[in-house]
Amino acid sequence: MESLQVLVKAGIYILMAAGSLAAIGAVFFPNLFYAGLSLAGVLICVAGIYLSAGADFLAMVQILIYVGAVMTLIIYAIMLTNIEEIKVSHLGIKQILLSILAVSGFAVLTASAILSIDWRPLSGQNRLEVHELGAALMSRYIFPFEVLGILLFAVLIGAIVIARKDKV
Amino acid sequence: MDQLFVNLKNMALHLIGVFAPDWLVSLSSILISVGAMTFLGIFIMMYLTLMERKVIGRMQNRIGPNRVGKWGLLQPVADAIKMLTKEDIVPEPADRLLHFLAPVMIVIPALLIFAVIPFGRNMTALDLNVGLLYFFAMSSTTTMVIFMAGWGSRNKYASLGGMRSVAQMISYEVPMVLSVVPVLLSVGSLSTGKIVEAQADLWFVLTPWGFFACVIFFLCGVAECNRSPFDLPEAESEIVAGFHTEFSGMKFALFYMAEFMNAFSIAALTATLFLGGWQGPLLPSWLWFILKTYSLLFVMMWFRGTLPRLRADQMMGLAWKFLLPLALVNILAAGLHLYLGGPAGFASALIILLGSFMGLSKVNRSYVPEKREYVLAD
Repeated sequence: MESLQVLVKAGIYILMAAGSLAAIGAVFFPNLFYAGLSLAGVLICVAGIYLSAGADFLAMVQILIYVGAVMTLIIYAIMLTNIEEIKVSHLGIKQILLSILAVSGFAVLTASAILSIDWRPLSGQNRLEVHELGAALMSRYIFPFEVLGILLFAVLIGAIVIARKDKV
Repeated sequence: MDQLFVNLKNMALHLIGVFAPDWLVSLSSILISVGAMTFLGIFIMMYLTLMERKVIGRMQNRIGPNRVGKWGLLQPVADAIKMLTKEDIVPEPADRLLHFLAPVMIVIPALLIFAVIPFGRNMTALDLNVGLLYFFAMSSTTTMVIFMAGWGSRNKYASLGGMRSVAQMISYEVPMVLSVVPVLLSVGSLSTGKIVEAQADLWFVLTPWGFFACVIFFLCGVAECNRSPFDLPEAESEIVAGFHTEFSGMKFALFYMAEFMNAFSIAALTATLFLGGWQGPLLPSWLWFILKTYSLLFVMMWFRGTLPRLRADQMMGLAWKFLLPLALVNILAAGLHLYLGGPAGFASALIILLGSFMGLSKVNRSYVPEKREYVLAD
């Protein structure tokens, strides 16, 4: 069994490395289409890491929503713009300073969150069944669930209003 | 007979276990399953092409392929050799990387889906507890690859085909996912194995909600794998061959392969979800599964042989104005049936579904101008 565990561990590290590489690509590719595809790669790698952590449901939802729907939308938007006409704009010093400030603030926030978590694995069974998730949504988290439902409903109506033809 | 393939695998593992350490046995157990799935995918695709050509041929009063081997049985092999030896043409302005990656990547989700299909009793390669969600997740990634193919070719027909395909797949995914909800309500699990086991007494297609869900799922599935009559993304008479216009040789064959494997997995999933999967009397379980799947595939070919291609607005209208509301009503009907139970539940579900079906088809009836009478001058 030892050798198999080593293989699995190596696989997870490869997944993480691939995810990081794709993340760098998503930021640095001058071609927007490639950047979008790298972002999809990042999301798939993250789903793989979820899978290796035993969060099957989260991994599948990640692929279904982010890769299947959100990325398709982003790539659709990119495709409607003419790639050759997009020029890489050079940032001024002011923008660079501002973005460094914002990014470092975000980094401090995430670092404090990461450091405050106890990373030891939960004792007992930590594999959540799907029906437990559903039960939790319908009992303990019913309020946020309903609020999200109302929000999405409002978004849907807004989309229809925007897409509707104006009456002449 | 029933456990033929399972026993074969166990025997092979036993043989390996004689001289190899434990970890090699578990590794080869994985490899045997993966290898079987991969070969099955290729084999199924090769013979589906033959079956399609034969069936369509008979429907058009022809015989179909009959020269290579007995009944043309070696035709797929000849086709494969032809495809492999053909010249690979990459258009000059195309994006070389995407043009190469797209056909390779389109086969991956199609093959991955095979992992959760229960081919028989104890014959699921990977019985995930989120199996059905896995199927939807994997098939949703196909859209992006088709887009890659269309955009990477730098050809207006390819781009148009890619755009059409995305619009179609996103639209049909909505009623498809919703049509499965009643099954989940009834079974209480996303695992394909558990769904089949729950149909031991009664196939879901025999309940009112099951019948409607089955038809909705199957139609959306046919649209998802771009088959006729929903083959607008590759409509020959409009946009040459759609997103795979610029692909030749083996690259084209890979697109073809993914399409046929998707068709197979849609038929297999319909059989699993609504037709009882491998459940059935007398015959071994895997044979039942194959029979059900191939009869659904025959229906798909029948569609292709008889129905003309839909217009773009008709296709979108079918998904959004007809199938989506019907799928939503179906969830309500399934809830009523399961909550009330017995004949009362059955009857109320049936009444609601038939009523909404009639109402929706009345609302969706296309405008037909009144017949004009021409009075000829004397």
